[in-house]
Amino acid sequence: MTPPGEGATPGPVVRFRDPQIEMAHGAGGIASRRLIDSLIAPLLLGSGARGLGDAAALPVDGAALVMTADGFVVTPLTFNGGSIGELAINGTVNDLVVSGAIPIAITVTLVLEAGLPTATLEAELRAMALTAARAGVQIVGGDTKVVEHGKADQMYISTAGIGRRLPNVCLGSTEVRPGDRVLLSGPIGDHGITILLARGELDLEADLCSDTRSVLPMVQPLLEALGPAIHWMRDPTRGGVASALNELALDTGLGITISEESLPLRLAVRGACELLGLDPLHIANEGQFLAVVAPEAADRALDIVRAAPGGEEARFIGEVGTEPAAAVLAQSRYGGTRIIDMLVGDPLPRIC
Amino acid sequence: MRFVDEFRDPEAIGRARDEIRRLADPKRHYRIMEVCGGHTHAIFRFGLKDLLPDNVELIHGPGCPVCVLPMGRIDDGLAVARQPGVIFAAFGDMMRVPGAHGSPLEHKARGLDVRIVYSPLDALKLARNNPDRHVMFFAIGFETTAPSTALTIMRARAEGITNFSVFCNHVTIIPPIKAILDSPDMRLDGFLGPGHVSTVIGCEPYEWIASREGLPIVVSGFEPLDLLQSLVMLLRQLQAGTARVENQYARVVPWEGNRAALGAMAEVFELRPFFEWRGLGFISQSALRLREEYATWDTERRFEVPGVRVTDPKAAQCGEVLKGVLKPSQCKLFGRECTPEHPVGALMVSSEGSCAAYHNYEHRKQAAREASLV
Repeated sequence: MTPPGEGATPGPVVRFRDPQIEMAHGAGGIASRRLIDSLIAPLLLGSGARGLGDAAALPVDGAALVMTADGFVVTPLTFNGGSIGELAINGTVNDLVVSGAIPIAITVTLVLEAGLPTATLEAELRAMALTAARAGVQIVGGDTKVVEHGKADQMYISTAGIGRRLPNVCLGSTEVRPGDRVLLSGPIGDHGITILLARGELDLEADLCSDTRSVLPMVQPLLEALGPAIHWMRDPTRGGVASALNELALDTGLGITISEESLPLRLAVRGACELLGLDPLHIANEGQFLAVVAPEAADRALDIVRAAPGGEEARFIGEVGTEPAAAVLAQSRYGGTRIIDMLVGDPLPRIC
Repeated sequence: MRFVDEFRDPEAIGRARDEIRRLADPKRHYRIMEVCGGHTHAIFRFGLKDLLPDNVELIHGPGCPVCVLPMGRIDDGLAVARQPGVIFAAFGDMMRVPGAHGSPLEHKARGLDVRIVYSPLDALKLARNNPDRHVMFFAIGFETTAPSTALTIMRARAEGITNFSVFCNHVTIIPPIKAILDSPDMRLDGFLGPGHVSTVIGCEPYEWIASREGLPIVVSGFEPLDLLQSLVMLLRQLQAGTARVENQYARVVPWEGNRAALGAMAEVFELRPFFEWRGLGFISQSALRLREEYATWDTERRFEVPGVRVTDPKAAQCGEVLKGVLKPSQCKLFGRECTPEHPVGALMVSSEGSCAAYHNYEHRKQAAREASLV
């Protein structure tokens, strides 16, 4: 390492002022975006790299490859409807899929805490293999590291994935126009609320499962049939639908108005959110996608997603307009409106 | 969902909205204070301002327990938490509130043992499960949460759990209402009375507002229809020239309050001679502390508490906003130095604080509206 001041080439200027990393920087909301935009991207990707998508386009010798990376640190490791292994594969697959790609291969890096029962590891490896087979993607390699007991929370998984972009697909915030419609594939908040309840701190029980799954069966027919009419896609994981739509609003300067009553929401999720003072729009999903669709293709898009396995509950939740500039507005059935902001910090239940 | 959907029914809300418009005299300007932070949050979350005529103005009151807590109390609590073996337990509401050297959440990131609990009983459970540690519960809230703290302390005594104490910041609702009405620059036409607090104290403690101050007060629920119906009831009184206490939230609030809850509070707590309120200054007999018989569970008696006093940043106008003299957006720091992510004043921290609610739900809407008018 070159000591500072001795021939060190001045690096790019960064504007990140937070003195230390907080949990909020990993929660997928406004702090995450600031960390990426003003520290990570300028230093690693060069200046001007803003509004990063879920995966990077990588044209190699004429082949339209797409590459993504993801990390998984969920606790508890298993929960209703899934486990960290399933989440890792589905999450990586979904990042590729909403970037318009068919997944080809995934690598898996395991960081294990000494003392982890072999049975736990074996169960997660089996879960990963099964999930990959179901999604039609190959696990082609990886790495394993073990850290001292107490230096990690049982196991972390880091993945990389590559896919091949479907022909005739052009996704990105620059494609989005006023008048476009916003499609959501199904009920929101299932994953986040399931995890919150699985931690067992709330003494609340609900008949609820994580929605972890591959969105490929829904997205592939949509993109193959309507290609250029699909303008933007995202899987609303950490930070929820609110953060994904706010990113779009910020990147385009456009306004997105959603109708609150049109949001597909299970009763258990709605009840938990009402009780804890959480906004379901901020809660993480692991098996849903958002698509911005040209208005003339809207009806067909909805028919296609609804006909696909797992897309039965899809619906349009809103529309892109010019107002309010660079913000997301929710409208209620009775005429009230409110701004939907990005998640600030971690979602903390309100008590008093 | 029962007890929710009925109160968000567009037809019923439309009728209430029309009735408010019919009752509001266009020659008058109505200034109505919602005392409770829960109401402030609901008003913004449901976008109710969009339904009200311009001359019915809602002023946001002091009923957000996080917002009125002076910064020094947080530093005091964190100072205790830094002593060896102590676990700091508090509601999620407290976690992002800044002390002079950072919030509980920031201290957690630096390695302090800070836990979020959902009830004081969870904090007691922590103490039971960690007999070699000391669990300090940082108690906040009005009469809404004070009874559950009292019951927890009674249970700790019954079970003989002594590695548990409460840093008591419980406050009472009537003194700050008095302080606001005594403030010379304040002119109000009526109150939306707090809902949750009233489930405990009932409606009688508000009688003086009607009889002595001549102002109507309607205890209100938290759903859109509750709040609009309460406004209808207030406007009817104002039109008729009466001033009474009415209970819109009768499905939850008994007129005489909750005797058992009041009994538990009286058993464990006594009034402090005075307590500092952020933005309002020292108010006599406005807060609770543990009685001598419960000294074993009183953090302030068991630990050396530094008694830190921190003045709010000069430029922040929390006091004026808290009293309803200024709107959040009229504060010099609003949306610039002070945002929900980097709050300078506590009103920006809690989602019940009027600044945070305004910033989250209204702020840019307003900007868009102004832009479209230009």
